[in-house]
Amino acid sequence: AALPGVSRASVATAVLLLSCCGAALAGGVQDQAEQFFRSGHTNNWAVLVCTSRFWFNYRHVANTLSVYRSVKRLGIPDSHIVLMLADDMACNPRNPKPATVFSHKNMELNVYGDDVEVDYRSYEVTVENFLRVLTGRIPPSTPRSKRLLSDDRSNILIYMTGHGGNGFLKFQDSEEITNVELADAFEQMWQKRRYNELLFIIDTCQGASMYERFYSPNIMALASSQVGEDSLSHQPDLGIGVHLMDRYTFYVLEFLEEIHPASQTNMNDLFQVCPKSLCVSTPGHRTDLFQRDPQNVLITDFFGSVRKVEITTETISLDRDLAAFESKFPEDELATEPLKYAEQLPVAQIIHQKPKQKDWHPPGGFILGLWALIIMVFFKTYGIKHMKHVF
Amino acid sequence: QVQLVVPIAVVFSPGSVPADLPRPLPFRDTQEMEITVNLRTSVTSRYEMVFRGTTAEEEAALAAATAREADAALWPLQDTSVGSLAMYVVPETSSLVPQGIAVYVGKHRSALVRAGGGLAALHARLRQVTQLMSFTATSVAAALSDRVPDGRLGPDTRRSLKSSLGYEITFSLLNPDPKSHSVDWDIEGAVNCYVKPVLDKLSLVANFSVDSQILYYAVLGVTPRYDKESSSFLLSTHSLPHVINPVEARLGSSAASLYPVLNFLLYVPERSHSPLYIQDKDGAPVSTNAFHSPRWGGIMVYNVEAPASPQASLPLHVDVDMARVMEVFLAQLRLLFGLSREELPAEFLLESPGNEGLADWELDHLLWAHTVENIATVSTTLTSLAQLLDKIGNIVIKDDVASEVYQAVASVQSAVAKLGMGHLHSAFQASKEAVTSSERAFFDPSLLHLLYFPDDQKFAIYIPLFLPMAVPILLSLAKIVRETRQRKKEPTKMD
Repeated sequence: AALPGVSRASVATAVLLLSCCGAALAGGVQDQAEQFFRSGHTNNWAVLVCTSRFWFNYRHVANTLSVYRSVKRLGIPDSHIVLMLADDMACNPRNPKPATVFSHKNMELNVYGDDVEVDYRSYEVTVENFLRVLTGRIPPSTPRSKRLLSDDRSNILIYMTGHGGNGFLKFQDSEEITNVELADAFEQMWQKRRYNELLFIIDTCQGASMYERFYSPNIMALASSQVGEDSLSHQPDLGIGVHLMDRYTFYVLEFLEEIHPASQTNMNDLFQVCPKSLCVSTPGHRTDLFQRDPQNVLITDFFGSVRKVEITTETISLDRDLAAFESKFPEDELATEPLKYAEQLPVAQIIHQKPKQKDWHPPGGFILGLWALIIMVFFKTYGIKHMKHVF
Repeated sequence: QVQLVVPIAVVFSPGSVPADLPRPLPFRDTQEMEITVNLRTSVTSRYEMVFRGTTAEEEAALAAATAREADAALWPLQDTSVGSLAMYVVPETSSLVPQGIAVYVGKHRSALVRAGGGLAALHARLRQVTQLMSFTATSVAAALSDRVPDGRLGPDTRRSLKSSLGYEITFSLLNPDPKSHSVDWDIEGAVNCYVKPVLDKLSLVANFSVDSQILYYAVLGVTPRYDKESSSFLLSTHSLPHVINPVEARLGSSAASLYPVLNFLLYVPERSHSPLYIQDKDGAPVSTNAFHSPRWGGIMVYNVEAPASPQASLPLHVDVDMARVMEVFLAQLRLLFGLSREELPAEFLLESPGNEGLADWELDHLLWAHTVENIATVSTTLTSLAQLLDKIGNIVIKDDVASEVYQAVASVQSAVAKLGMGHLHSAFQASKEAVTSSERAFFDPSLLHLLYFPDDQKFAIYIPLFLPMAVPILLSLAKIVRETRQRKKEPTKMD
């Protein structure tokens, strides 16, 4: 009859609605838990590079140190930060306030602090060392603090500042790194799965040119200015005598001061930092290589270190009364001989050094051909009889 | 193509032989299954099963009173090579396996399966047991996790540690309130008694080094909430992620080794925040009072009982019950390696491994996953090294880098061959050598290629050098050509 059919249909719809609500509720709780795993990373690293030396580039060191300070405040420990500063501003003889590096005029904020750990300092900041840190091709004698020991579940923040141009960044006033080299280095990192996601921030003139050539997946890039524009500095301090910060990093620092480890701010807010009215240059960003939507990427995914934790519910049961354990692999007590210093310098070699025999190579084809051409032309033009004047 | 071969012996005790066997005992059978990871990668698993009846000694062993005794008696009679399995089918009515349990998995590499339901049901159950004790499609996919398209893997697969040649384990005691608690822990004794057996068993997988330290005035980053009903302090689940960071900065690690570090922290709360309990999602206190973080380590909160009289002199002397602490830490160690006993079908009973920490088949589980992961890593590394050399033509390969590459290739081929024969132990050793060689070749410091010259830079450098020099040459060449042509015409003019 019609009645049971109708009631069955209404019961069915009621059950369906209830189950949907139940599923939505359960899904909501499940979503909260899943959110912890959404980014898929288990640790965070930061590589912060300042590439300029000399006193008047104080602002670049202040830029890097303020990002360092924010990153440490949000939880990344020193063991996971590789800080490269090309010059020492805090103890520079021209610094009227030694042991400080300020980021605000009137000396409001000392970003140098009292527990800075600089890993690569002064002349160690070179393109070669920077690429070695990124790709991992480091000589075996390098200590652990100077290495980037990331794995496939690491989110890495790379911040670079200094003087740059269209497609290059100047290191130490003597060499450059090009955008192609940087893109290749990131590709090497991806091949070896040395990162899960990478955030690249650059604050230089024409900074956007540095991220144009990236082609590896999971990279998000921000720059302080577009190609053809200059990034400008923020404000000079008359007491110290130099410009203290660059505009872009100044406003990024202001933005980061409001982030705390539990905040849910996402990357879209970081993209809005420093509009053209404040920054004079146009900051740019690149997210096409990144798989997640920037809306879902938390600032703390890169700047902080929020660990995924799970409650331990299992235990094992140990037998307390067992006798002391006899290891299958007893450690032998090696008879140690008295220790002595290894040869630090090859003194014998230096004292008795003979000049190195350089193998002689005949001149290469191009040079030979060029000279042959020149000589032939000369004598053809001026006649062979001039040869006797030469010899 | 990687083939994972598991040698299995299926032994039928009298009275358990199913009626519909295809052939009389003993006979061999192989089952193959393909695990597809992505479009180009797939792993074949092959179970080589030998079906036979029991020998007299095995029958005597199976006549024991409990399953545990039977397992212990059967162990010397088995082929105990790494990677192989032995399954003993007992009659349906047998009391050896407890009531309601269909499968009993022992401490070593054997299982007792209750017969019943015909051949097809037996085969299904055997397959279930085999997958539990060796590898499943998910565990293989997790080992090859960088080849799986994103989103297909669950969160569990990101939890376990990557295969590495060694691990560093650090036990730290955090005492934020030394004025009230003077904490003593016999860590050396505990390591010798409880941790060394587990690490000895795991020494097949990697090298382990153990350190310990005591940190004073190290506080958690979070202030716990006071709960009036239980008069205790509670840490809720969502504040746990922020606990680790302030402590991590002070933990330190050995400067010399590059192995991943596992930190196990024991936190004794301050007197003003005692007792401190960790709340789970539903608000109930956690029984172990501990939590862990994937690929990092674990933290346990150890509450000190309040002194009997409030006038007791401070600091209170605390002797830590190391056995209870180690039970939790070793369980966390197992979870960090991905060995979990949580998701089991209902009729399975697993024997507890006791002080060894993990059963032989769990060790096999790790070895299968790590071998597959090592082989995948080696092939990715060598392929990308080859691509790098193709792209940048003028990198110089030194002889030792070349020999490492050859060795890596030979080792990985030997590993794949041994996997195909079912020798898991030697396959794992070969894969470890392959990984070492390939990493050494790939990360050799001499392979850094710095000089990139884009075409426009090449023009910019060479044109100012050669253009001024080339102008007189080109003009002279033009003059020569003109003269030659004139001379050719002249003979016709001259007489």
